[in-house]
Amino acid sequence: MAYRRSNNLLARVDWSTVLIWMALMAIGLLCIYTSGFNEDYPRFFDAHNQSRNQAIWVGMACVIAILVMMVERQLFNLLSTGLYIFALLLVVFTLIFGQEINGSKSWLSLGVVSIQPVEFMKVATALMLAKVVSAHGFRMQNLGNAARAIAVILAPFMLTLLQHDTGSALVFTAFIIVLYRAGLRTWILISCLFLIFLFILSLLVEQAAILIFISLLCNGIFMVMSRRYKTGFVNITIVAVATLALHFGLRQAEIYLPLFEALILAHAAMLPIIAIYAWWHRLRYIFFIVGFFIVSCGITYSVDYVFDNVLKEHQRRRINDMLGIESDIKGWGYNVHQSKIAIGSGGLTGKGFMGGMQTKGNFVPEQSTDFIFCTVGEEWGFLGATLVVGLYLLLLIRVLNMAERQKSAFAKFYGYGVAAILFFHVAVNIGMTIGIMPVVGIPLPFLSYGGSSLWAFTILLFVLLKFDVARYEY
Amino acid sequence: MNEFANRRLYIIVFFTLACAIMVGRLFYIQIVDGYYKLTADKNVMRYEVQYPARGLIYDRHGTLLVGNQTVYDIVVVPREVAAFDTAALSRALEIPPEQIRHTLGAIKAKARKTAAYQPALFHRQISVEAFALLQERWFKFPGFYAQARSIRSYPRRLAGNLIGYIGEADTSSIAADPFYTQGSYIGKIGIEYSYEKALRGKRGVSVYMRDVYNRVKNSYAEGKFDTAAVPGDYIVCTIDAELQEYGEHLMQNKMGSIVAIEPATGEILALVSSPNFDPELFIDVHRVAERNALISSPTKPLFNRAVMAQYPPGSIFKCINALIALQEGTATERTMHSCEGGYVFGKRYVGCHRHFSPVDLTQSLQVSCNTYYCHIFRSIMDGRGNLQEGFNAWRRHVESFGIGRKLGSDIPNELRGILPTTATYDRMHGANRWKSLSIISLAIGQGELGVTPLHMANIAATIANRGFYYTPHLVKSVRGRKPDSSFYVPRFTTINRRHFEPVVQGMHYAVTQAGGTAHIAQIAGVDLCGKTGTAQNPHGEDHSVFICFAPKNNPQIAVAVYVENGGAGAKWAAPTASLIVEKYLKKTISRTWCEDYVVNGNLTQQNGVQAKQ
Repeated sequence: MAYRRSNNLLARVDWSTVLIWMALMAIGLLCIYTSGFNEDYPRFFDAHNQSRNQAIWVGMACVIAILVMMVERQLFNLLSTGLYIFALLLVVFTLIFGQEINGSKSWLSLGVVSIQPVEFMKVATALMLAKVVSAHGFRMQNLGNAARAIAVILAPFMLTLLQHDTGSALVFTAFIIVLYRAGLRTWILISCLFLIFLFILSLLVEQAAILIFISLLCNGIFMVMSRRYKTGFVNITIVAVATLALHFGLRQAEIYLPLFEALILAHAAMLPIIAIYAWWHRLRYIFFIVGFFIVSCGITYSVDYVFDNVLKEHQRRRINDMLGIESDIKGWGYNVHQSKIAIGSGGLTGKGFMGGMQTKGNFVPEQSTDFIFCTVGEEWGFLGATLVVGLYLLLLIRVLNMAERQKSAFAKFYGYGVAAILFFHVAVNIGMTIGIMPVVGIPLPFLSYGGSSLWAFTILLFVLLKFDVARYEY
Repeated sequence: MNEFANRRLYIIVFFTLACAIMVGRLFYIQIVDGYYKLTADKNVMRYEVQYPARGLIYDRHGTLLVGNQTVYDIVVVPREVAAFDTAALSRALEIPPEQIRHTLGAIKAKARKTAAYQPALFHRQISVEAFALLQERWFKFPGFYAQARSIRSYPRRLAGNLIGYIGEADTSSIAADPFYTQGSYIGKIGIEYSYEKALRGKRGVSVYMRDVYNRVKNSYAEGKFDTAAVPGDYIVCTIDAELQEYGEHLMQNKMGSIVAIEPATGEILALVSSPNFDPELFIDVHRVAERNALISSPTKPLFNRAVMAQYPPGSIFKCINALIALQEGTATERTMHSCEGGYVFGKRYVGCHRHFSPVDLTQSLQVSCNTYYCHIFRSIMDGRGNLQEGFNAWRRHVESFGIGRKLGSDIPNELRGILPTTATYDRMHGANRWKSLSIISLAIGQGELGVTPLHMANIAATIANRGFYYTPHLVKSVRGRKPDSSFYVPRFTTINRRHFEPVVQGMHYAVTQAGGTAHIAQIAGVDLCGKTGTAQNPHGEDHSVFICFAPKNNPQIAVAVYVENGGAGAKWAAPTASLIVEKYLKKTISRTWCEDYVVNGNLTQQNGVQAKQ
């Protein structure tokens, strides 16, 4: 070791990460001060101002960071199961005894302060998942191993859903990034992404159009893989002619078959022929393509059902709003609309500190918590907003690099968990303020007003920093 | 494990891509698209609540009973108030300057805690004329705005109790329903209360932009984000305004009620509770004193006697006892009893008045013979050989007329009435220590019985229908739709249809035959069937009661009249009810002497309290 033992701890700290962390908290403080500004109480530390509370919480976050750095590294590994179970119990406890705020039962009142246990659940899940995935002989391809990893993610996901806190629940889906790094097959990941894409597409476009799209996609994949272009085109032509014949031909017999059903029938009729073809030419991948086709059709068909019957009214509205299907400006669309006005009015350089008319006029609800990015956009303009996005990207890349340089698999996968959570929060939160994500109430890491989330994110980050500092200690 | 190390790069690419999309989107809305800048630049939006017009209320023939008129509320946004001429505002609003300063100070003090950008109510209800005067001087008072609001108007000034009134929502209503905010209005009693959800409509909002001088410039984004206020649903009620007005006219200077029902539908044609009140008292915020006097009046005008007063039914209850005896088989049409001025048992007796004797069942109703019903009642109680069983059978029958429970109408605060159980008497006399004689008062509708005038009218309607009734209700339709399916289900009593004929006949004789107790109610050309009641009560003079329906076959109207402390049933209740019937069936009154007699009848002096019409 080149370092002397007395100073190696401080010297090895990844200071660039710490600096980004501090910069984000400082930006958060400024934004909370202006957005909560009240002429009657202009001072920063006035007891009426949210900025005072946030300042206290930032101070405590620093203390927490130092405490985390002082914990023995091995302890995190040893305690991860215990912490995970404890956090789960805490969430269950909240579910039963918690306070209901804004329709979700996710707050636990501890006398003077209220905390959101789900914030700490994220840290515990990241640790637990890292432990499971880093276990000796773990392989994602092994069904039992994979099931264990997924169960670790699913338990807090389901509990949070039960709290009616859909936003926080969705955060846990981000852990798929950890699974990906642990060896999840790429095609599964892409299929998942494709399914989400298909879900959104089904809401926007006619079912029949989607079916045609999927059909063409499958034929395209076949043609690229087999280089049998003629067969592909013949297939497409037969299906097209059959569909049109069913759709329009039956109309002569006064039977009205919708285009979607006609397409399904035509494809179904072709399936045995395709199966025989595949078997004859020993082209196994055709079966995968057909399977993919059938699943896609099923999804397309069931999306409307899920959307109408499974999702709740407010969730439907938020998705519809994001997709621009219906704009309910006084409901959730209102928040997003006001948020876009605030950000959009910022222009290139913004209106300067305390210059935001929209943010000061209390036009954006939840302004200091979930919509804090509006203040950034309005007062610091495109440059400021880009700077903040850039800071987050820098932080994410630092976290990933840190993770990858860990010798211990546990620390490595934990690092990926940290990146996953941070990324999901940043992408969804900023995405919703600029109208490219549905409105789900999750905070912007280190910027949003609120103690629980600030402390949880700080713990999340500094556990990784601690691992990084101690990465040579074996 | 490190076989997947290169995946870090893919993840970084993915993250970078996502951030690039965000920056791209930011670039678009902050720099490319001018729309957002335009809407926000130096303009601040103002939200004006659009109050919906409350639903109108019509009578069954389409006469407007409750309408709307426009007034203006002055609101103030504390943060925007600059120095202004208090005296000028004082002149414009006709309120003293001290009050302006005081109200404004209170609003400002409150606004510190909440948002100072929220408009707060400053002064209520200025007229359209005052508003027009004020409007041209508006710019002198920054921070003050006027909000149009529609309030109730009552073209007929009828049926205060029945229609009800609206008032400011109290804290519990505000907490229970986000629709209500401080100062918003809510139905308090009557139809206004029970049909609040339909009548209130939906509030809308208009978004305006303001210039630097605080003047509303134009509608924001061409009204794209405005929502129109949806007016409340109109209601057609079952009331006949003419009949209601006539009923109120007849009941002046008397306490009690009139309930008239259309037997074939259960629709309430008139529902008078006297003393009544003028609903207009409740719309003008500046008539507080009169309102308070009304609320604290000893005659309780706000108390809807038709459904909230429980009275002993008196002799009208004999109809039900006769029906039960017929159903139980303990008496027939031809059962005769002689009457020598009362029913004596031991040292006590139930007295009767002078009439011919002996009487059969029909005649017993005609002359309202107490003795007869003591015999009948005992035969019901002891008919099953066991008092408990006999009593319970009797109780079941009575209950099937709707007595002892809420009828389920759409009138708020309906009372269930009093119908005793065996437990009631076990408590009074000790278990098994009571006999049919102990409860003999029930035979003539006295004792532990309580019914509301609505119950009584319902009994009349049930007899008119020969055995069933529809739940009495006040509303025919809400915006063309039927209000409640439960109003259209016939409710059958436990009495067989054929047993009703002799009772109907008895009620017919009571009106038409010499010696009938309700002879005064006879109307030429109308087959009226009725039964008088004279209800003894511990509060003084007997109550005068009458139930009736007409015509005898295919009845169109069933009426119950209850006049508190009016003496014998034939004295006040019977003539009043007969006038109501005549008015409804013939539209004109032939017996002007009868009308004069009832209208001029003043019971307020004798009752020692001043009833206010």
